[in-house]
Amino acid sequence: MKKVIISLIMMFGIISSTSLAGTLVINTDTSDAAPKEAFEYIIKKFEEENPDVTVKWNVFDHEGYKQSIRNFLNTDPPDVANWYAGNRMLPFVRAGLFEDVSDIWKDSGWVDGNLSENMEHAKKSMTIGGKQWGIPYTYYQWGVYYRKDLFTANGISVPKTWDDFVAACATLKAAGITPITIGSKYLWTTAGVFDYLNLRTNGYEFHMDLTLGKVPYTDPKVQAVFDKWDELVKPGYFLENHAALSWQEALTPMVNGEAAMYVMGNFAVAPLKEAGLRDSNLGFFQFPEITPGIPMAEEAPTDTVHIPSKAKNKTDAKRFLIFMSRADVQEEINKILGQLPINKNSSVKKGDPFLKAGLNMLNNAYAMAQFYDRDAPAQMASEGMKGFQEYMSNPDRRQKILERLEKVRQKVYK
Amino acid sequence: MELNNSKAKRITWFQKNQVKISPWIFLAPGLIFFSIYVIAPIFVSIGISFYQWDGLSPSIYVGLQNYIELLDDEYFYISLWNNLKWLIFFMLAVPIGLGLAIFLNQIVFGIRLIKSLFFFPFVISQVVIGLIFTWFYQPNYGVIAPFLNFIGLEGFSILANENTATYGIIFAGLYPQIAYCLILYLTGLNNINPEQIEAGRMDGAKGFHLFWNIVLPQLRHATFLAIVVTVIGALRSFDMVAIMTQGGPYGYSNVLAYYMFEQALSEYGYRMGYGSAIATVLFTIMMFYILFFIYRMYRNEREDNN
Repeated sequence: MKKVIISLIMMFGIISSTSLAGTLVINTDTSDAAPKEAFEYIIKKFEEENPDVTVKWNVFDHEGYKQSIRNFLNTDPPDVANWYAGNRMLPFVRAGLFEDVSDIWKDSGWVDGNLSENMEHAKKSMTIGGKQWGIPYTYYQWGVYYRKDLFTANGISVPKTWDDFVAACATLKAAGITPITIGSKYLWTTAGVFDYLNLRTNGYEFHMDLTLGKVPYTDPKVQAVFDKWDELVKPGYFLENHAALSWQEALTPMVNGEAAMYVMGNFAVAPLKEAGLRDSNLGFFQFPEITPGIPMAEEAPTDTVHIPSKAKNKTDAKRFLIFMSRADVQEEINKILGQLPINKNSSVKKGDPFLKAGLNMLNNAYAMAQFYDRDAPAQMASEGMKGFQEYMSNPDRRQKILERLEKVRQKVYK
Repeated sequence: MELNNSKAKRITWFQKNQVKISPWIFLAPGLIFFSIYVIAPIFVSIGISFYQWDGLSPSIYVGLQNYIELLDDEYFYISLWNNLKWLIFFMLAVPIGLGLAIFLNQIVFGIRLIKSLFFFPFVISQVVIGLIFTWFYQPNYGVIAPFLNFIGLEGFSILANENTATYGIIFAGLYPQIAYCLILYLTGLNNINPEQIEAGRMDGAKGFHLFWNIVLPQLRHATFLAIVVTVIGALRSFDMVAIMTQGGPYGYSNVLAYYMFEQALSEYGYRMGYGSAIATVLFTIMMFYILFFIYRMYRNEREDNN
């Protein structure tokens, strides 16, 4: 009798757990071709491995998602949603809309170590208030993309130090080539330059302190960053009229051989190659060292998955997060995305020199910055980037701009 | 007998008030929707402007803080000043539209086709016009680049320069607005009394005199309407700014409507309170204008009735 009861209870338990496990609702902003394909792959594979779970997947338009996530987290929460690391997730964490997933980071139930070891270099950007709030699944490197043939023609080798870099710019300018192209119409490209100048001049810790609002913008160390920037802006090493161009439009001079370098993310490689550049004349190098001895941190914006705190099926959501953090899964996703996996045990697509260079650089990076507009709060970021753009057009207004940013900082981080 | 009486009374109450009630019944659907979608949001928006709210977390009451911040906000003054530029230069659409209307108001072969070609800019979406003008202005390879090179401004970018960006956008905005005024004036010209012109001619009025003293006064209603739509168009200029510069370079071509959007709803925004404060200021400016407009309309109608 007892046995019967126990088996009945067990059966009931199984039934109820499967009915609980039933459907897993996933919302993503992967409306572009490659990310969409990547998620199609992930979901298919997850369902194969977990036949008891049916995934219901809602794809949102990439831009519209930024608005919709604010609504659906409250009103119609899915079980899993994708988003971004760093301060971008701060408003949701603060509003209690994301679930704390520190337990997955501590113990993911794997044989070969846990997440904290395999993704140690990305842990910082997933941590707020000592807890982890999601799982990163892809990122990409930033750095300097350049025309190899223009460098060779002008006798320039890849610059390793700031002096070499400035000298290379001077040589190119003298040869009638715009040293660095940039399109700042949508502002954020300027932040890439600022981030690297700050990371290389003052280091990762200072950059984080600045974006977290602990240091005034009028600090001499920030002035030092702009002194370095002056060395590029004042002699006119950046593309003229950058404020009228989007980042894609600014690729044209580089394709035409009128500009030699672009401080950019790896996503610029695809359009550059579509426009006719090849591995033989397009290259990548790490942003050069400025202050000797400062450990090299890199810019690597990370995409993440989270569990909304109001999710109905958290059990399966956690299984999905663990699944997405696995080395083999991340390897496959990033082969489709053409980006880099975060799990250190994953490898990348062979034969792509840019991914290989990126993987080498990031795996050896001291730390990872998420990009100015993800590390700093939204309002600070938007004012900051406006300021950077104004500075690049009018370098003599530096003092006024920094004082304005300091005023904003005092308001934003009260 | 008594029963009949009370029945009759009940009917007479409705009958007595029917004339008063029925207009309200017919107006009700419109009034209800107008108050839900127009009137109520005005008050809600003014209410939000006293709070600090990101749209997610609970809102915090901050009193006049948002307005005090506005007074100290460089970008707010830039936007306000740009709105003024819009008001002044957008007005050019009225005389240019009038000029074109008079030019087109003749009977020659194919005039209908020519007229409709002039209407065309009004039919195209503002977004498309903004996009095309952005390409026109493109330094080095835009349509106007050869002209700029000719006058010695090689590689000059109108939209990237803080002093010219706003004018560049206003110029693009004029393109459809002129067509709009043109339509208004063409209809006005159709209704002109030919006898009065004939009479004027007999009295020896010619050319500009005839136009100024006889034609223009008859176009009074068209002029009034053209000015009204142009002022409103200037104050709510948003699409052009959003498409052409997004307020850039560094906020120098911003206008209040777009600045409000940027603060409250854009990717880096979600400052609902601050955005509402900007909206309230814009609303107040518009309100002054609208009250003036309603007052004039009221006065005109009274004159017409007398």
